[in-house]
Amino acid sequence: MPPVAIRFEPHPGPARPALIMTRLMLAPLIMLPLLSGEAAAQDPPRAFIGATLLPISGPPIAAGVLVVGGGRILAIGPQASTAVPEAAERIDLRGRVVMPGLVDTHSHVGGGCGADSSSPIQADVRILDSINVRDSGFRKARAGGLTTLNIMPGSGHLAGGQTVYVKLRQADTIDDIVYRDAAGNMLSGLKMANGTNSQRNPPFPGTRSKSAALVRQKFIKAGEYRDKLRIAADDPEKRPDRDLEMESLVEVLDGTRVVHHHVHRADDILTVLRLREEFGFEVVLHHASEAWKVADEIARAGVPCSVIVVDSPGGKLEMMDFSLATGAVLERAGVACAIHTDDPVTDSRLFLRTAALAVRAGMSRAKALEAVTLAGARMLRLQDRIGSLDVGKDADLVVLSGDPFSVQTKVLQTFVEGRKVFDREDPEDRLFAVGGYGGSRDQFAEACCTAPAAEASR
Amino acid sequence: MTAVFRTAAFCLLLAILVNQAAGAEPVAIRGEILHTMAGPAIRDGVVLIDAGRIRAVGPAAEVVVPEGTRLLRGAVVTPGLIDAHTVLGLSGYLNQDQDQDQLDTVDPIQPELRAIDAYNPRERLLEWVRGFGITTIHTGHAPGSLVSGQTMVTKTAGDSVLRPVGMVAVTLGDGGRAGDDEKKSPGTRSKSVAMLREELLRGQGYLRKRQLEDETKRPDKDLRLEAIANLLDGTWPLLVTADRATDIASALRIAEEFKLRIVLDSAAEAYLLTDRIKAAGVSVILHPTMRRAGTGETENLAMDTAAALRRAGIPFALQSGYESYVPKTRVALFEAGIAAANGLSNEEALAAITIDAATILGVADRVGSLAVGKDGDVAIYDGDPLEFTTHCTGVVIDGEIISDDPR
Repeated sequence: MPPVAIRFEPHPGPARPALIMTRLMLAPLIMLPLLSGEAAAQDPPRAFIGATLLPISGPPIAAGVLVVGGGRILAIGPQASTAVPEAAERIDLRGRVVMPGLVDTHSHVGGGCGADSSSPIQADVRILDSINVRDSGFRKARAGGLTTLNIMPGSGHLAGGQTVYVKLRQADTIDDIVYRDAAGNMLSGLKMANGTNSQRNPPFPGTRSKSAALVRQKFIKAGEYRDKLRIAADDPEKRPDRDLEMESLVEVLDGTRVVHHHVHRADDILTVLRLREEFGFEVVLHHASEAWKVADEIARAGVPCSVIVVDSPGGKLEMMDFSLATGAVLERAGVACAIHTDDPVTDSRLFLRTAALAVRAGMSRAKALEAVTLAGARMLRLQDRIGSLDVGKDADLVVLSGDPFSVQTKVLQTFVEGRKVFDREDPEDRLFAVGGYGGSRDQFAEACCTAPAAEASR
Repeated sequence: MTAVFRTAAFCLLLAILVNQAAGAEPVAIRGEILHTMAGPAIRDGVVLIDAGRIRAVGPAAEVVVPEGTRLLRGAVVTPGLIDAHTVLGLSGYLNQDQDQDQLDTVDPIQPELRAIDAYNPRERLLEWVRGFGITTIHTGHAPGSLVSGQTMVTKTAGDSVLRPVGMVAVTLGDGGRAGDDEKKSPGTRSKSVAMLREELLRGQGYLRKRQLEDETKRPDKDLRLEAIANLLDGTWPLLVTADRATDIASALRIAEEFKLRIVLDSAAEAYLLTDRIKAAGVSVILHPTMRRAGTGETENLAMDTAAALRRAGIPFALQSGYESYVPKTRVALFEAGIAAANGLSNEEALAAITIDAATILGVADRVGSLAVGKDGDVAIYDGDPLEFTTHCTGVVIDGEIISDDPR
């Protein structure tokens, strides 16, 4: 299924030679992940019977039936009216709650490091080239019911590199878990940031205005690069030399690569909207701590927000006015709103808890559930594949012991493409769910990714 | 004449102070469930507060509430909650140099640093945690150097200090090391322990010499060694931050050697040494579980350590701890929720942020339960306080209604 079917805002879509070249370059890598997808495609059907189903795309189904097979959802409905195929393995889930695998639009698990300290804009750098899939962060994420992550570089750069969208299958290499489109292209966004985190000594910007100027200059350059590609058309002699950073930014300008923009303060949010207006890129506002102050402006721009919900304001000046109610305010303003972990800032295992805090502060339960599933899927443009329990979508599921927002509720099992990737009953899995000796090996490379931010906060 | 005037002035001042402390009008709080933490929860219970103190507690049918008394209601009523260890009021929410007074790293050993000299009762994060029902905190110098300074116990509103000196904060393990680039000591775990033992030995010498009969041979008064002497004679306990089992064992070893009163702080790997902690008769103020496990000292922390301590019969309390970035503080109530979801009963989890915390901090005569004569500190909720979706709908401190806005 094409992952880019729906866009936040229509933009003229010219030919994209840069993308074609990327495809050629990646061709040898396509086989591996397709293989694991293929494997799931052979899986026999399984029927989850009797649970309360939370499809997200529709109202809850008490005592429902969910049939999966070949890695996809084959049927969903009330027990009374949904047939269970003869051959299906029947799994009794009475008393349980089943919802789509959680989608985290902003995570740092895997110990990856994006850009280095050589320059503030490094759109060529890919986080996927530094991720350790054996990191315990992945296991903890599965223990929290997460099945899809957007793994991001840090916020210490204006553009810290390309993000990567991953599916939390059991994996030997990062190639096994990267989302791809029908043509085999790896799917990712571009991490950008403004405000204090990306301000440092030259060549980094020292002020907000300088930050915006550097970004504008770079996008103007990317536009000129795109013009050269257009003029050259199919003439190889006229084509400019390949430039990885320009290719990435041209995809941004063309709207095929979404910008995931770290931003806290209201004025910084308005700066992002201003640059978006000028250059026409697709953007998700991440963290958006002061989005509650400019919710109407965000709504008018039609830009979605992926917010963070932490235990308190402060810790840096830009978080002074953090509010638990941001999700509620955005909901009322009609802004599409996801919630993210920013793991390790909040723990993937407690992802549902952050949604519960948003509910505490006035977000509706329905929108809060959507915020950790379908809303995030839309922001990654994966809404045709994941984010709700609908026939044809990937069989990514979480089995809960009860109400998703109750502190007492446990993630019992997590399924990716119909395969169990976490089981609380399994002692090894439980170590990662609860913690204990050896439960955090190969954790987040803190020195690399949070140090610039901490530095900037002082 | 002057003396009489002074006495009169003093009495007047005292009267004003007492009146301020007791300033509030009488208030009654009625809860569908009243957790007194001094016995089983009471269904439809009332707590009556007057002049800042609790005057009556019991079933609504039995407590006589004088006419005209202001009445607050809630689904669940608890004693004001206690955060057994934080840095609030010293480590400000802005995280800028000018509001960070929790740690001075010039000297690795500074037990003479008093928390009350830095505590800012107007710090905005105090209001934040108070909004969730936290009315008493044990705060002060942070983990991060070998002996960082003193702590204190205070209410989260006004200037009502319960104990100007709570404990003296000691950090073992990686968290107590001097920075690598500074070429300063302590640079290793062993060096930390050696330095601490040397300091305690110096304190013993100081104590001995201070008691010499020949006054001329007594040493000059030394603030640092005075503080160490207070540890050695048991006046003040040490709050020893130690996460790895290695460091917990070191803490117990030092306590044994110098006959010190210690409380273990954070103690991520306490579950490995419950027998020894129990045998030593040491209490634990357990790390916030939602602290990032990450790399390093706390990487082995577990959500069910509170339950392991309870099973072992080790007294423990929960804390918000110290956060160096975002979020700037955790909330002890949320931590109790996690503990309740991982092996503690709701009542046990509440005890860890009320009466058990008060007992470990030595303030159980004032706070931690709803009992006649104790301070009028109450938190009111519209549901199970441990649920993340429940709101704290009212907070009363020393009989004064601090807030009745839901949060």
